[in-house]
Amino acid sequence: MYPSRFRYEAPRELTEAIKLLHEGQGEAKVLAGGQSLVPLLKLRFAAPELLVDINNLPGLDYHRVEPDGTIRVGALCRHATLERSGSLAQRQPTMAAAAPLIADPLVRNRGTLVGSLCHADPQGDWAAAVTALDGRVVAAGPDGVREIPIRQFATGPFENALRYDEIALEAVIPAPKGTPAGGYLKLERRVGDFATAGVAVAVELSGGLVTRAGIALCGVGPSTIAALDAEQALAGQALTAAAIERAGDLAAQAAQPRRDHRGSVEYKRHVIRTFVVRILRDIAGAAERAA
Amino acid sequence: MSPLFEEIVEDPAAAEVPTRRVAITVNGQRRVAEVEPRLLLAHLLRQGLRLTGTHTGCDTTNCGACTVLFDGEPIKSCTMLAVQADGHEVTTVEGLSSMSELSPVQEGFKDEHGLQCGFCTPGMMMAATALLKANPNPTEEDIRWALSGNLCRCTGYQNIVKAVLWAAAKLRGEEPTHDGAA
Ligand SMILES: Cc1cc2nc3c(=O)[nH]c(=O)nc-3n(C[C@H](O)[C@H](O)[C@H](O)COP(=O)(O)OP(=O)(O)OC[C@H]3O[C@@H](n4cnc5c(N)ncnc54)[C@H](O)[C@@H]3O)c2cc1C
Ligand code: FES
Ligand code: FES
Repeated sequence: MYPSRFRYEAPRELTEAIKLLHEGQGEAKVLAGGQSLVPLLKLRFAAPELLVDINNLPGLDYHRVEPDGTIRVGALCRHATLERSGSLAQRQPTMAAAAPLIADPLVRNRGTLVGSLCHADPQGDWAAAVTALDGRVVAAGPDGVREIPIRQFATGPFENALRYDEIALEAVIPAPKGTPAGGYLKLERRVGDFATAGVAVAVELSGGLVTRAGIALCGVGPSTIAALDAEQALAGQALTAAAIERAGDLAAQAAQPRRDHRGSVEYKRHVIRTFVVRILRDIAGAAERAA
Repeated sequence: MSPLFEEIVEDPAAAEVPTRRVAITVNGQRRVAEVEPRLLLAHLLRQGLRLTGTHTGCDTTNCGACTVLFDGEPIKSCTMLAVQADGHEVTTVEGLSSMSELSPVQEGFKDEHGLQCGFCTPGMMMAATALLKANPNPTEEDIRWALSGNLCRCTGYQNIVKAVLWAAAKLRGEEPTHDGAA
């Protein structure tokens, strides 16, 4: 299948890329890893007039953990790089757990974390992980650079808060105040499938207490869901069996699954609950062993 | 290699469609083509450059039959525009063997019956070749993981895994055996 016709530009400067998007007046689209956009073009679900390929923009393929623990992932950092990242494995367990579960190895060699966030797929794994971590997206447009908190970034299924002439430059994960712990679990029918249900948990621990809790779900609603009640219930608590069970219940309640070929509503809620409990138990177990 | 100028479509509207000249190093040779931006790399390889070893098995980026190495990394060539390959290196299954000799991965697929209909095989071999470059001593689990973006409707994967184990042993200079272990 062929995409419909479009013009193609692959600028080497950010200002040029933004100018092209601006002139495109909403008929232009950014091309990053292409692992969501090209399939849409092929099926003609998307038919932009102009593609602005950002793969030639210099200096966007980084990811780094700064001394204070802030993590920055540039717009051209591929899933595979994050999967292999030693610094993430050491410093950011939620992201390290999510990276290898995204798509398949071939897609991971091209697709980007920032592109995933922009794509705003309700089943996207990175959106859940970055939401649990309360990250933000840094975007550049004609009027300069601004930051958008992740929880305001997706405005609906496959819609984001970027203006048509803005480019997302990086995703930022704020420095943890306590010891970061967390995980990501995903139920998929087979490798490369999107999540039937996915759960990202990111907590910070200090003196045996949870000082911050982030829990986000994918695949079980019209967009990524932050399980706010579960997050609040955990804050300030010790990870006791009762607190863990309660967080699981609250997260399952926050889910808005629909029955489809992947399973029933009850089944998906059950999976969410199980995953939340499983990740929190692992965190509690590890904290106990470390103490 | 003489430059190749590929006419993509015949309808008159095509005359107004800007094409771009791309220079891609394919299997070690510089190939130049004039392409419409919407042409997929897989189609340039197959139709433009007549390298039909790269297969296309789906429209949804699921099957991996179109796997090629892009600057050494395995990717799905149906999900990259040919224009994006400008200035890059692409290796297809045709680039694995020399004139007279199969590559160890190809030999392994032959020796261990790693194929039935053969449709998925080029993609499998490209992904396997990239794996063995990164990890000369993969476990069965490593192999299954690395090939998990490549679907096979015939074999049940058993012999594909054995074929890669065979190739790994051969590449390490060991005598490959039929159960895959060295
Ligand atoms: C077979 C298959 C399986 C998959 N499985 C999963 C999965 O299990 N989980 C999962 O989360 N994802 C999955 N994906 C999607 C994959 O992770 C994509 O890589 C990702 O969704 C998009 O990232 P990209 O860089 O490829 O973006 P692109 O495809 O290039 O772009 C996607 C969208 O975001 C916009 N965009 C991208 N980057 C920017 C930017 N920097 N600034 C502004 N706009 C931008 C584009 O305009 C486009 O609208 C799968 C894809 C395939 C083909
Ligand atoms: S042709 Fe199926 S993934 Fe490329
Ligand atoms: S051998 Fe037939 S698809 Fe794999």
